[in-house]
Amino acid sequence: MKEEKQLLAPGHRMCAGCGVALSARLCLEAAGEKTIVVVPTGCMEVTTSQYPETAWRVPFIHVAFENAAAAASGVDAALKMMGKREGVNIVAMGGDGGTFDIGLQALSGMFERGHRVTYVCNDNEAYMNTGIQRSSATPYAAWTTTSPPGKKSIGEFREKKPIGYIAAAHGIPYVATATIAYFADYQKKVKKALSADGPAFIHVLTPCPVGWRFPPDRTVEVSRLAVQTGVFPLWEVRDGDIENLRITVKPPERKPVEEYLAVQGRFSHLFKPEKQQDVIDRIQKMVDEKCERYGI
Amino acid sequence: MGAIIDEPGSSVRYKTGSWRVQRPVINSEKCTKCFICAKYCPDGAINPTKDGPVVDYDYCKGCGICANECPMKAIEMVPEVK
Amino acid sequence: MAKMILEGNQALAVGAKLCRPKVIASYPITPSTHIPEMLSEFVANGELDADFINVESEHSAISACIGAQATGVRTFTATASQGLALMHEILYVASGMRLPIVMGVANRSLSAPINIWCDHSDTMAERDSGWMQFYSENNQEALDLVIQAYRIAEDERVLLPAMVTIDAYTLTHTFEPVDVPSQKEVDEFLPPYKPVYAILDPERPITQGSFGTPEYFMEFKYSQQKAMERAKEVIDEVFREFEEKFGRKYGKIEPYRTEGADVILVTLGSMSGTGKEVVDQLREEGAKVGLIKVTVFRPFPAEELREAVRRAKVVAVIDRDISLGFSGAVFANVSASLINEEKRPLLANFIVGLGGRDVRPEDFREIVDKSFRILEAGRVEKPVEWINVSGEVP
Repeated sequence: MKEEKQLLAPGHRMCAGCGVALSARLCLEAAGEKTIVVVPTGCMEVTTSQYPETAWRVPFIHVAFENAAAAASGVDAALKMMGKREGVNIVAMGGDGGTFDIGLQALSGMFERGHRVTYVCNDNEAYMNTGIQRSSATPYAAWTTTSPPGKKSIGEFREKKPIGYIAAAHGIPYVATATIAYFADYQKKVKKALSADGPAFIHVLTPCPVGWRFPPDRTVEVSRLAVQTGVFPLWEVRDGDIENLRITVKPPERKPVEEYLAVQGRFSHLFKPEKQQDVIDRIQKMVDEKCERYGI
Repeated sequence: MGAIIDEPGSSVRYKTGSWRVQRPVINSEKCTKCFICAKYCPDGAINPTKDGPVVDYDYCKGCGICANECPMKAIEMVPEVK
Repeated sequence: MAKMILEGNQALAVGAKLCRPKVIASYPITPSTHIPEMLSEFVANGELDADFINVESEHSAISACIGAQATGVRTFTATASQGLALMHEILYVASGMRLPIVMGVANRSLSAPINIWCDHSDTMAERDSGWMQFYSENNQEALDLVIQAYRIAEDERVLLPAMVTIDAYTLTHTFEPVDVPSQKEVDEFLPPYKPVYAILDPERPITQGSFGTPEYFMEFKYSQQKAMERAKEVIDEVFREFEEKFGRKYGKIEPYRTEGADVILVTLGSMSGTGKEVVDQLREEGAKVGLIKVTVFRPFPAEELREAVRRAKVVAVIDRDISLGFSGAVFANVSASLINEEKRPLLANFIVGLGGRDVRPEDFREIVDKSFRILEAGRVEKPVEWINVSGEVP
């Protein structure tokens, strides 16, 4: 194994065991050094680019929270006009807040206009940079500081927004889901995305030990459990052809969703003081229905 | 100018190893040099070398993912003592 | 040089085209829509070699300009009113990142009630955003100021974005004869854009848009302020060079018949033309009145202004905007510029023409009358007065 210079250098201030940090590393490893990175405001941005030091060994730009896709569109246009577009990748990396919520409009615009940008959403299922507030990526029944469980609440009461489908509905060349545990699958998808002749979107589940309330050594394990339980199926779709969605990692036998929920403190109210079997069953049913569609 | 940072990778000046409360120790006898630990390190703090993985304690934050993921259970997390 | 009949929007678009921006990102909004329309036509018919990005909002327009300019090309956008307000957040980012983006703005009121006509509330609300601001009196100025704005913005001593404004309808949709310089002449005046610091290039990876902690943040703001100060000199240099080359003279302020004037009016934009005519009439009638047109509002030309009003007894600042709860924005700046003068004129503020209400010659006459009454009384009883407005409001 060759010792390579990390394109995301150590010394960054992301938390111990951060799934986003690992995702960014894996993504850049696959993309290579001829990559321009565009990042919206969020955990990754504040922890990697604190003046006067940067963790980035590739060109990097951050503009604001809701506009990474628009800024990336500008980068694409400029490179084209400079005659420097060939051989250079543009990768935007946003969190779930900057992608599912506040950045969705700019993202849709970038997809629709057909900019050759690979947009990677590192989804940790809440606003972690501001302290674990609910986003439209927060899953059903999860605790966050703004979806707290209580006498009249089971935590987040809505289902996660299907961002991958929304991306695919634009008919863009490549859309996939990925997660850090399955790095080979993820990195292959990054390469496919970058070779697409147009916009590509990769939705990466990146567990957050701080926000999901699990010990930092379990980040990869939780990411793996998400796939093994069918909570987060790994798939890819070309040209918006959702009918021909392809499952890329098929768990040999689906584990009960309870295993995934039980390791995360954000679901602890489903287990104590009393176990809320009905809620767990409902989540299991939601996952079963989805997996049946995928043949998992 | 404009808060531009023109020294790529200069974050290496910031040693995150001081955050650590436990350190990974690799048992080289058990290690098969699969380098899964290096692959999964969020901080790029495990260098794959021909003699096996080497932890860079200047940057290792002690998260323990390497120990948890090692298929040979060749990494032990040991409390940091001052 | 060719004479063309252009509306203000077209003058801005033609001016921008002559500057050869490589990326244009713009979103339609009344009354600036003709600007992106015309530019996209230039791109479509091959007259302008640029990438026109049909963004989905003004927020994305300015964000795409930042992405492109930070990569290393000259950019342009145009907007008005609500569109500029939607850009607000990103305007600060553009100036903080020291990207010399140039934007055309059609000055239009801000909602509510929604209104598509002229006042200066939209750009005045952005006076603290770190953008230079150039206000046009007519369509010729719009074209000339765009060309000069690029030179000034891109100067290494400045590196700040700039907006060039034209009044809604009075200029945007009004045709006037405009001298249009040839491409060759403009190329000689404005060299191709060479980014100094901001370049996204894998051969030389830099980080732009970093996170600034309290130890560093203030120095970056201070450096923007210094750049604004330096811009004052650069503006003079560029204006001088432009005059030599094109024969049209610009100043940060333009004093009009201020010699021996007891009362001086201060105006911005197209109303200056009406004001000058009234000054001419009043001078004929023997009134000692003059006018100062402010062309550059940011950086604010405090020194020139102090000098120009030195002998005046009353300065009447006419604002086509209102900072609700206080005064017009121009008045606040003019007053602050004079505050440390031992001998300073009496200062009065007149709010006019909001939401497209005409600023008529009789309004100027009323303001002048009131100013002379202030002069006689030796004091200002009502520092902020609204002109041509019904007093009967709830």
